[in-house]
Amino acid sequence: MIPKKKPNVMSKINHNETVYDCDCEVSADEFTHIGPMKNGGEHIARRSVGYFQGAVEYLMRDKLALILILILLFIVLGSVFIPMLSSYSFREQHLEHVNAGMFYTAPDGHHHLFGTDSLGRDLFVRIWEGGRISLSIAFAAVLINCLIGILYGGISGYFGGRLDNILMRVIDIINGIPYLLIIILLMTIMKRGIATIIIAYAAVGWCGMARLVRGQILQLKEQEFVICAQTMGASASRILLKHMIPNILSLIIVNLTLAIPGAIFTEAYLSFIGLGVPIPMASWGTLANDGIVNFQRYAFQLLLPAFFISITMLSFNLLGDKLRDAFDPKLRR
Amino acid sequence: MLKYVMKRLGYAFLTILVLIIITFFMIHAAPGDPFSNGKAMSEATKLALQEQYGLNKSVPEQLLIYIGNIFQGNLGISTKYARPVTKIIADSFPASFDLGIRALFIAVVGGIFIGTYAAVRRGKKADSAAMAVAVIGVSIPSFIVAALLQYFVALKINQLLGPGKQLFPISGWTSEMHKILPAIALSLGPLATISRLMRTSMLDVLHADYIKTAKAKGLSERMIIWKHALRNALMPVITVLGPITATVLTGAFVVEQVFSIPGMGKYFVIGITENDYLLTAGTTVFYGVFLVLSTLIVDLLYGVIDPRVKISKAKE
Repeated sequence: MIPKKKPNVMSKINHNETVYDCDCEVSADEFTHIGPMKNGGEHIARRSVGYFQGAVEYLMRDKLALILILILLFIVLGSVFIPMLSSYSFREQHLEHVNAGMFYTAPDGHHHLFGTDSLGRDLFVRIWEGGRISLSIAFAAVLINCLIGILYGGISGYFGGRLDNILMRVIDIINGIPYLLIIILLMTIMKRGIATIIIAYAAVGWCGMARLVRGQILQLKEQEFVICAQTMGASASRILLKHMIPNILSLIIVNLTLAIPGAIFTEAYLSFIGLGVPIPMASWGTLANDGIVNFQRYAFQLLLPAFFISITMLSFNLLGDKLRDAFDPKLRR
Repeated sequence: MLKYVMKRLGYAFLTILVLIIITFFMIHAAPGDPFSNGKAMSEATKLALQEQYGLNKSVPEQLLIYIGNIFQGNLGISTKYARPVTKIIADSFPASFDLGIRALFIAVVGGIFIGTYAAVRRGKKADSAAMAVAVIGVSIPSFIVAALLQYFVALKINQLLGPGKQLFPISGWTSEMHKILPAIALSLGPLATISRLMRTSMLDVLHADYIKTAKAKGLSERMIIWKHALRNALMPVITVLGPITATVLTGAFVVEQVFSIPGMGKYFVIGITENDYLLTAGTTVFYGVFLVLSTLIVDLLYGVIDPRVKISKAKE
């Protein structure tokens, strides 16, 4: 006897007929083996998406995030190329037309899009040159912080015990002192310049990253894949670098993005109280500092660098928030 | 609790000691010396001056003398102003402190209010607007805010009012009206930080069971938020008060410069640019100690306000 319902083709089951008579007995030989499903058995409804790929796709769907990335790209590329391509250099003076307004065209054919400062230097070039210096200081300082922080936090969290205790107390003490005070002190004993600001900021800025990494490593340490690597005899440095750090990379990226505005701010702050890069170099901070002297008459000399500082910090802050959402699978749904 | 207090006191003391030692060695490593300011000076005069300021002794000896002096409240004499550093601080710190306290007050009260409001209206326009303002507040450095306020609020309004009349003075530190704009400028950053933090913590608290109970009892929304939720939501805000105090007081340097306020920031910078060792060291140590102590007080207060902290520390 062949059963009325063939259980082999899933799609043909009619749900109206699934009323079974309890009396009927179905024995094993009533079924015939027809082999695996012919087509689509292994079909996966959705494309499989990796962790970082998923995050990137999530980010790309977000219009605001895309705009932020474009703004930052524009600022970075502009800082790299505009000083190179411009017909004026950032230190070139045009004494015939000092303190020129925006969109100024001089009788001698010179055109200054953002006007000139009190020494007749073209502000458009100086702004982008300033961006170059401010951004390279920020990126370099944050990267160095990040490296020190990962190493310090990783070692502290992984080895734990007494070493961890000592390392964390050191951080407590460094954190107890306001970081701007230490930076200002460091700036006093070193020559003014880009490297000095980077070193000064990197000397104290890594504490936050170290704490973050340590906390994450403490959690990861208990997980099976780490124990597995340990039993297989992997060295501590291999476990840390190959197994643990990639797991917290997303967190590191988010914090890196959120740390950049802090570094830009610190540079601007130091320049503003007169400890920035030496003249005639320009950073956004020193430009703002120069601008404030003439602020009541030539407001744009302050407003322009202020605008660039603020828009860059704002974009990084917002992008950091967006990245945090993108990297968090719980929020991504 | 006593053990906790002692532990915190110990750390605070250690931090201050480390700060003093760092300050001392950095000032020592600084290029130039306070007597090479361009004026010609005979060897004998130089030696006599070094003798007078104790600069001919060995470095560890100088350090010990320095630490000893600091704990006696003697920060030395500024070479630039020929006045005791403690006097300079005593003259200028009140203005900085006054400005800092005002800014802190605006930041805390405003931040709590904005954060709570945004949390209650979560997902609505008011929430987005408040958080947009908060992000902008974090992103604009205080000195820029200060300059903008000075220009658009003080200068422009005064021009509109006509000659001789003014609403907000442009700079200075003599009347109450002088103190409003600088305090607002300085408070914007911390205000944004606090309101973001307050919003997150308020959202957490609003989902708690006891809030549902309060709702089920039929309490009004105002009562629930201001009496039941706010107290618990405040806890994370109190923990960041220490660092925020530090931000406000160091940020005051630049705001003081914009509004020409006779505060301590000026001396800090002058000490550095003029190689005035003792002025820089004194102001740094004073600021450091002040901030370490205020963080300590905030942390101890936290233990008093939130009993859970006490219990967990006791178990430890």
